[in-house]
This record gives sequence, structure tokens and C-alpha cells, in this order.
Amino acid sequence: MMLRRLPLILFIGALCIAPLVLQGYPLLMLNYVGLSVIVVLGLVLLTGVGGLTSFGQAAFVGMGAYAAAWLTTAMNWNPWLSLIAGLLLTTAAALLLGWVTLRMSGHYLPLSTLAWGIAIYLLFGNSQTLGGQTGITGIPPLGLFGWQLTESWQFHILIWGVVLSIIWTVHNMLDSREGRAMRALKGGVLMAESMGVNTTRFKIILFVLAAQYACVAGWIYAFMQRFVNPTPFSLGQGIEYLFMGVVGGIGDLWGGVTGSFLYALPREWLHSHLSALLGRSGNFEGIVFGVLMIVILQRAPEGLWPHLRRLWPQRESVPISPSAAGAIPLDIRPKPAKGDTILRLDGVTKRFGGLVANDAISFEVRAGEVLALIGPNGAGKSTLFNCISAVNRPSSGSIRFLGRSVEHCDSRRVAQMGMSRTFQHVRLLPRMSVLDNVALGAHLRGRHSFVASAWRLDRAQELRIQATARDALQRCGLLDKAQLPAGSLPLGSQRVVEIARALAADPCLLLLDEPAAGLRYLEKRELAKLLERLRDEGLAILLVEHDLDFVMELADRVVVMDFGEKIAEGKPQEIRRHPAVIEAYLGGVGDPA
Amino acid sequence: MTFDIALYLGQNGVTLAAIYGLLAFALVLVFAVTRVIFIPQGEIMTFGALSLVAMRAGHPPLLVWLLVGLGIVAWFQDGLAILRTGRKRRLLHAGAINLGAPLLLLLLVYSLPLPTMAYSQQIAIVLAMCAVFGPLLYRVVYAPAAKASVLTLLLLSVALHIALNSLGLLLFGPEGSQLPAFTDGSFQLGGMPVSLQSLWIIGSSIILLAALFLFFRFSLYGKALRATAVNRTGAQLMGISPVFAGRAAFLLAGIVGAWSGILIATTTVIDYEAGFVIGLKGFVAAIIGGLASYPTAAAGALLVGLTESFASFWASAYKDVIVFLLIIPVLLWRSMASGQHDEEES
Repeated sequence: MMLRRLPLILFIGALCIAPLVLQGYPLLMLNYVGLSVIVVLGLVLLTGVGGLTSFGQAAFVGMGAYAAAWLTTAMNWNPWLSLIAGLLLTTAAALLLGWVTLRMSGHYLPLSTLAWGIAIYLLFGNSQTLGGQTGITGIPPLGLFGWQLTESWQFHILIWGVVLSIIWTVHNMLDSREGRAMRALKGGVLMAESMGVNTTRFKIILFVLAAQYACVAGWIYAFMQRFVNPTPFSLGQGIEYLFMGVVGGIGDLWGGVTGSFLYALPREWLHSHLSALLGRSGNFEGIVFGVLMIVILQRAPEGLWPHLRRLWPQRESVPISPSAAGAIPLDIRPKPAKGDTILRLDGVTKRFGGLVANDAISFEVRAGEVLALIGPNGAGKSTLFNCISAVNRPSSGSIRFLGRSVEHCDSRRVAQMGMSRTFQHVRLLPRMSVLDNVALGAHLRGRHSFVASAWRLDRAQELRIQATARDALQRCGLLDKAQLPAGSLPLGSQRVVEIARALAADPCLLLLDEPAAGLRYLEKRELAKLLERLRDEGLAILLVEHDLDFVMELADRVVVMDFGEKIAEGKPQEIRRHPAVIEAYLGGVGDPA
Repeated sequence: MTFDIALYLGQNGVTLAAIYGLLAFALVLVFAVTRVIFIPQGEIMTFGALSLVAMRAGHPPLLVWLLVGLGIVAWFQDGLAILRTGRKRRLLHAGAINLGAPLLLLLLVYSLPLPTMAYSQQIAIVLAMCAVFGPLLYRVVYAPAAKASVLTLLLLSVALHIALNSLGLLLFGPEGSQLPAFTDGSFQLGGMPVSLQSLWIIGSSIILLAALFLFFRFSLYGKALRATAVNRTGAQLMGISPVFAGRAAFLLAGIVGAWSGILIATTTVIDYEAGFVIGLKGFVAAIIGGLASYPTAAAGALLVGLTESFASFWASAYKDVIVFLLIIPVLLWRSMASGQHDEEES
């Protein structure tokens, strides 16, 4: 325990001693590094957690700095009020940019932040109100509880205090209900939305948070320098922030810290030594840095932190604390009685242009039964599955779930109503623990927001979510694997983890997309036993499957599709003898040809 | 504003649009084939234009040494892979492929009487250099990470932009320069003087785009590139190597980039770092086309060119601010038009 925490203790210790042993330029450098860290931590959230990128963070730093400078000089505002104004301004700008770009695919945000970064920088340089290229001077000192912050050591405490509190709150935030949802963004929109995560909302939250951190850094910068001009807020600087994250390892908060040190200190050295060495006022550090970045991106795209991390012991697994073990799982919703109709399809038709993928399909699924949907390749099973799970909309016909129509719902709404699904190609977050993956399924059953989680106000509920996830794993027989990374499990177990994740949502209906695909014989037997247990608990299960042996042993009823039409429905033994099914699967039995 | 001024600004805007349209075309092509968002397109422009300036002033174009350097790095990269397989005889072969063209150009540049040659011949040499430059950049920078995410490729682009931009200062110095018009003079059209050079710019852009259209529509190589753009894996299974497609896309990007750089240098002063901003305006046009549609990108180029031209009349200090903020309403429109999530790539 102690050894594992040692680097953190040493780091904080070094920060405490720094103002006592350093002074003048080195301490000032450390302050600048701290300001970069604040910006880069925002990028770790945006890029490392959310899988998005911004080149325009320097513009947000500039908005914070210029808000501070202009409001305290021209308007005579209190510095702290200018922080609020700056935060409101950056939030509004980030919301606007995020809102227009984040509904589309990933590369629009970075491209628009490129343009944004240039535009804001040019605006600073050309606006007479903001002092043009000379900028704004004569910013009053920052007062705090009657003190005036003027010395480097005072700013050292302020800046690194902000850094450490951001690290602590972000760490807490990521380890919570909404934090899991943020981390799920990298697992793909489809999976996250099916778990009830509003992916657009979380992308925008991450972008706004990153912009706000940048704004705070700019605000402190303005009072540390006591003047501002456009130069530090150029697009080039925005790109450098991103590189700091990439060098250090953008997947981890400490990677962001490492990157800022690794980038800023040698850069300073290169800047002063390279031009002296080569004797020309060229931009050699740009060449060296560009080339170094290319090499790092090609050779170590994860950055240096993961390599550093291996130097000291890692936590293998966390034992469950007594308070966590005693937590009660979340309350469950009232379930329909066995035999009640849960899902009813009536004449569901789906057309893609001229192609009729599903033609007037009707059937029912009841509580406490396993209904299997089978058919040859191209029969339209997956299309129907997507219509039921609200990924596609049917062209006509009705789908009623628990008596309510779902044709106009999205995946999130359907999940909320109690329909939970797994995926044909396993969609787990491979680096997250099995327990966290399963807890993601309970997303819609929690209430606390990321703000509460950041300050650890969500613990009681979080313990209940964890207990729910453990409960689901227990039902699936995987509790002993709870702390392992999901990606380390064999495929068969990963499929079961997906089922546990679906169970954590407390569903009435479980939709399974080819759950037996790629499993070995014994794994299939285990899966069948699990599904039988769940059926006996009263769950309705609809599964799409290719493996006929698996289906015939397990299913209570079978619906057979071919060329988009339902050709048979009945008990497995009836289906086996059904002439249309034999025709579809074996093709023209008894034909002389 | 009088009608005359509006006409003049319109003509200026269309001229700019022709250049942005070419850039947008190259950006869309490179993105579709390789998923690279090719920020250094701007550097290819300035390197092409400034090499021509240097050549005309009697200096050897130093770009050719950069080509030789890139060729050596590419040889080294190929060599490492070859040594792992143990077939040493292929080392020479790889050297010839990677270094042949740069060395040939080196020989040409230092043996031909460049300053006294005809303008068109000088231009041809510059275009040849950039045609070698593009594929070498692809080989050295992007190909080793060809399977990485769009984001990593974008970061590589930005890193390459920084390196090339700094190198530009070293190769060409800080001074800005301008190229002479291909043909001097002007004529009257509806009471408005039209310079022959804008005819050159607009005409050559249209001809180049039409030629590329025919190339993609009818030639086997064009079809191979289109196939790769639609489905990389599928094209690979049909025997179209993605590395070949990437090199071909960058070859076109190199030629188109250098040509648009030369065109723009005949209308305004260009220095080593001017390319980035001009290239980004090409991006705004390409983004209007969703980085996928060539005709919409062309319409986008027209919008960007006209906006810039009229903005420089009303608020010249803010003209670039206006052009770059144009991206927000455009993205808003695209986001409304698409309306739903694009399925992300893995």
C-alpha cells in the first residue's frame, strides 16, 4: 500500500519543498508548467476519456486571460468576478462549438477547433478594445483573504493547489456512475446508448470541462503576468498543449502531468541552446519537436506514462471493503407475472429502398420463456432485432413493449423501459474492470451527477450500484473475475459479462444477438444453463441464433424466418418437422434435381 | 458599395475560390483514400511556390535536398523491414525505388541552367519535385501508422506541419516573394477589366478538376483509388495495395498543392508560413463538403472565396476571423442535415 502510493507522496512532497529551495526563474518555470498541466488535464478528459480532440485550448486560455485583463482594467471589476465572467464566456463558446460538431463523427471537432483557435487569436490581435498586438497592461494584483498575490511562491501554492484538486475531483468523477458513462464513449455510440447513456451530452460535458480548466489557467496567468498579449494564445500553443498530453500519455491524468514536465523543460532548453549551437536565429526547435513528435506517435502512441508506470508495483485487485460488501443492491422494478405478454410485434415491415428486409412479421414474447429467432443468412433476423431494440425504425407495423409502443423511441428510452441487450460482436471496454463494465449496465438506475461524484457525495448510491453489479455477476457465476480487466477474459466469459451487464439494468426482456457464436461446446452448455436459470427467474429472453442444436435444446418456442418472412412458429419439436423449415434450411428436399 | 466594386470583389472572390477549390479537392481525396487529414498541404504549396521563386532568382531550390533526405529515411525504413526478412538483395531494389527520383531531380536541378529556362519549364520542374515530395511524405510519416485512428493521423499531420513550417524558414528564409503573372495584360468584360492571370487561374483550375474527374471516372488507376476510398479492405482483397493507393493520392496532392501554390503566388506575396492559413481555408471548403463530396466542396470553395473577398472590403482586419468563423454556421447546417450519429469507426 505504502509502496504503491510512494511516487504520489514524493511528488506532493517535492511540490511542498519547491518554493523553499527554488526561487527566481526555476520557480517561475514550475509555475508555467503547472498552468500547462491544468490545460492538459482538460485534454486528458477530452481525448483520453472521451476520444475527442481539440487544438483550440489555447483560445480558451486566452478567453480566461483576456476576460480577467479587460474586466479588471477597463471595467474595474473585482478579479474574482472576472473569473466567473470568463467561465461563463468559455462555457457558452464551448457549448456552441460542441453542440454544432459533436453530433457528427469525431473529426469535425478537432477541425473546427483549428479554425476556432486561429479566429480567436486573430480577434485578440485585431481588436482595438483589447489592445491589439500590444495587449492589455496594468492588471491589478489578485487579492485573496486580504493578501495580495504577487510573489512566485504564492502563485506556486495557488497553481499546484488547483492542479491537485483537479486531479482529485476528476479521479473521483471517473470512478462513478457518470464517469463510467464517460469512459464508455470509447466503446462506441451504439453500446453506450443501449446502456442508456446520452453520448452527445457526455461529449459536450467533457468538452466544456476541458474549456473551463483552460479558462482557469488563463485567468491565473493574467494575474501572474499582470499583462496579456495575443502571443501565448495562438493556435501553435494550442497544438503544443495537445502534444504535451500525447507525449506523456493522454490516457491517464498522471500522463498529462508527466507530459507537461517532459515537454516544457526540454523545450526551454532546446530554445536557448539550439540557436546558440547552430548560430542562426532559426526555428530549429520546431524541426526537432516536429520530428520527435512524429517518432513518438509512430513508435509509442500511448505516450511515456504507461512505460513509467511499470517501474513500481501496481494494485492487482482491490479487496471489497466491509461497507461495500454490506451494501444493498438497488431496488428492482415490479416484474410482469410469468406467462404475461411482454413484447408483441404486429405486421412489422422494414424496407430499405426497394428491398423488403422484414415483411409483416408478427409474434409475441412472454415472461418466463425463451423465444429463439432463427433463419438462414440474409433472412432478416438482424434487421428485426434492430427494429425491436430501436436502432432502426420499422417502415410499418407496430412493436409494443409492456403495452407501450416503441417505434418512435430511441435506444436509451427502450433501455429505460426495461429492454436490455447484448451484441453479436462483444462490446466491452477491455481495459475497464469486469465489475465496472457490468456497473455500466445499471447506469439508468442511478441518479447522482458527475458534479456530486467529483466531491464524493455519491458514495452511498455508488456502493449500491457496485452491489448490484456484483449481484449480476454472482447470478452469472463470474464474481471471482470481478476485478480483472474485461479484455483479459476468454470470449465465452466476455459474452457472459455482456449478459451480466444487461442484467444489471434490471430488465424484463433480454435481447441476445447470437450469444453462442464462437463459443466452444462446454461454454455453450454453461451459457444454456445460465439462460435456463434466468428464464426460471421469470425473465423473457429473445435470442437470435444460428446454432440449431443450441436453440432446439434451450428455446420454449422458435420463430423461423426466411427471405424476410416468418415461415414457421412453434415448439422446437414441431419446427424440426415443419416442411417449410426443412425446405429453407436444406433446400428442395425431394426435388429430382 | 458601387456595382463596379461588387463586380471587382466578385471576380477576386472567384479567383480565390478556384485556388481553394483545388486545395479542397486534394484534401478530400487524401482523406477519402488514406483517412489522413492533410494539414501540411499548405506547406507543399509554399514549398512549391518558393522553390520556383528561388529558381528564378538563380538559387538552387533546396527542396531537392529535403527530397534526398526523405528518400534516405524511407530507404532506412524499408531496409529495417527487409533485414528482418533476411533477403538482403532487395536492399538495393528498395534504395532505387526510394532514392531514384530524388537523385534524378538533384542531378537535373544542378545541371540545368535553371534561371534562364522558360517559365513553363521551371514550373514543370517544381511540379515534378512536389510530385515526388507528396508520396515520400506518405511513406516516411503516415505509412508506418497507416492503421492508427483518424485522430493519431491528424496529430501526425500537425507534427509534420510544425516540422515543415520550421524547415521552410531554413530553406527559404523569412522574406516574402511574389511570382510574375503567366501572361500580363487584361481585357474588358461588361465594362470590368479582367486580368489575364485570373483567367489562367480560373481556367486552369477548371481544366485540372475536369481532368481529374475524367481520371477517376474512366481510368483503371482512378477506379482503384475510388475503390480504396469506398472500402479499404474490399479494395485490398481485389489486389489494390493500400500503400500504393496512399502514394498515388499523395502524388496527386503534391502536384495539385504545388500548382495552387504557384497560382496564389502570382496574385499575392507568399512567405514560408503563408501556406498554413491558405490550406486551412481549403479545409473550410472541404468541411462544407463533409470531407466526402467533391461538388459540395467546390461550392464551399466558392463560398469561402467570396466571403473572404467581400470581408476584406468591409472589415479587412477581420477578414480571416470571418472566414474561419464561417465554419460554425456551416457545421450547424451539416449537423442539422445529417441529424443522427454517424457510426464511429473502430
